[in-house]
Amino acid sequence: MTLDVLYFAWLRERIGQPRERIETDAATVRDLIADLSARDDWHAAAFADLAAVRCALDQQLADLDAPLEGVREVAFFPPMTGG
Amino acid sequence: MSARVQTPPFDLAAELAGFGAGAGAIATFTGVVRDDTGAMAALEIEHYPGMTERALSDYGAQAAERFNLTDWRIVHRHGRLAVGEPIMMVATAARHRHAAFQAADYLMDWLKSRAPFWKREIGHDGAARWVDAKASDEDALSRW
Repeated sequence: MTLDVLYFAWLRERIGQPRERIETDAATVRDLIADLSARDDWHAAAFADLAAVRCALDQQLADLDAPLEGVREVAFFPPMTGG
Repeated sequence: MSARVQTPPFDLAAELAGFGAGAGAIATFTGVVRDDTGAMAALEIEHYPGMTERALSDYGAQAAERFNLTDWRIVHRHGRLAVGEPIMMVATAARHRHAAFQAADYLMDWLKSRAPFWKREIGHDGAARWVDAKASDEDALSRW
């Protein structure tokens, strides 16, 4: 499937781009992270500590075990610091 | 009942004009850029366009239902903000003060750790550092 993957804050900096469109067979967010991490050192560095990674699927917060079926946009970012 | 994300400053008095007509109590909270170390020049706030507006609207609607609000407003800025500048505001209107205060507190707890904003401190020397999320902010959500 085709996914738009977005990165924010220090994940964006480590990966070196704010978004990319990818082809993947990943079934869950965790599978997608494994797929991305295998692509190059920058992705691997960004996903080195999953305790510091949050995600949203089609702009709704989700956990890393969530399935990707039907999803178009995945975003990865550190814990949020609003307010 | 509205949520907005913007770069320019907001005017609290203008935001409250006509807000909460008929309510018995209006509470407001304003967050301001603070410098705890004396080394900070500004804060840079990044957000997730699209999701941010949706999340703020969802949290506002949840607060309205839970606390019987007659009106609510959230304004959150992004971009580079100097120390002392306002970052964001919430206003809540209800029949009685407890509901208005509690709803504002509830909204702040949700915005702190569930709205897609990320803060970066910019020092006087130009060095930038991402602000870590606080465990206490995460814990605060369990109150609700």
